[in-house]
Amino acid sequence: MADEALFLLLHNEMVAGLYRAAEQGEGENGRCTTKLESMGFRVGQGLIERFTKDTARFKDELDIMKFICKDFWTTVFKKQIDNLRTNHQYLAFTCGLIRGGLSNLGIKSIVTAEVSSMPACKFQVMIQKM
Amino acid sequence: MATAAPRAHRQSLEWPVLVSVLCSPQNYPLYIRSVPTENELKFHYTVHTSLDVVDEKISAMGKALVDQRELYLGLLYPTEDYKVYGYVTNSKVKFVMVVDSSNTALRDNEIRSMFRKLHNSYTDIMCNPFYNPGDRIHSRAFDNTVNSMMMQVC
Repeated sequence: MADEALFLLLHNEMVAGLYRAAEQGEGENGRCTTKLESMGFRVGQGLIERFTKDTARFKDELDIMKFICKDFWTTVFKKQIDNLRTNHQYLAFTCGLIRGGLSNLGIKSIVTAEVSSMPACKFQVMIQKM
Repeated sequence: MATAAPRAHRQSLEWPVLVSVLCSPQNYPLYIRSVPTENELKFHYTVHTSLDVVDEKISAMGKALVDQRELYLGLLYPTEDYKVYGYVTNSKVKFVMVVDSSNTALRDNEIRSMFRKLHNSYTDIMCNPFYNPGDRIHSRAFDNTVNSMMMQVC
């Protein structure tokens, strides 16, 4: 589908643009990742608001994680996440996306991603108990 | 007070919905809209009280076997003059509406669809990149939705 490619390009350019801006300015690398992550966070919040509009109320955290893994994931990534060309900076936005989604459902979390073998990516979601 | 009462009554006939409020998960108001009347403070009080009922309902739903998992919470509590209805989104944003008791045209189903409309409108606001989640809502589109809802002729 055409829109998929557009989003991919937009995401690529977002990352590239931020890093380019950082190279010209004085901002260091770490700040770019934070910025991307927070952009993802906001998008995740909005998306969750839309996706959960017609779903039943969630019973508990497990229910929420199930929703994130099934509905949220397939809507956002269509297929497997594999097809994003991954390296660490590219995943900052995605981590934020998940964190934002969870936060809007009342779960505080830390999301990290790691790429051990190239076509696969592991997301680790740590839930902070309140 | 003697002069205020009939006036409030007349207004309530023109305005089926008296107040609609959105509250954040932390229970501070995101949006308040009430019928222009001198009793506004009383409405605020009513809504504030109802938030406790909302909290109670949500927490009861968590543990009880009651499989009532709809977002719409139904009638929170009736008072002599008003009926208070509640709705909570999955992101724990609370919607409260106060309706005149004498208005029998508004049934459960109508109220539910009104809340749905509100929720749709709220979703649009959340997806607006210029809106910061948790801020007060200043949106003309949202105002219009609420207006048309409150003044809907029954």
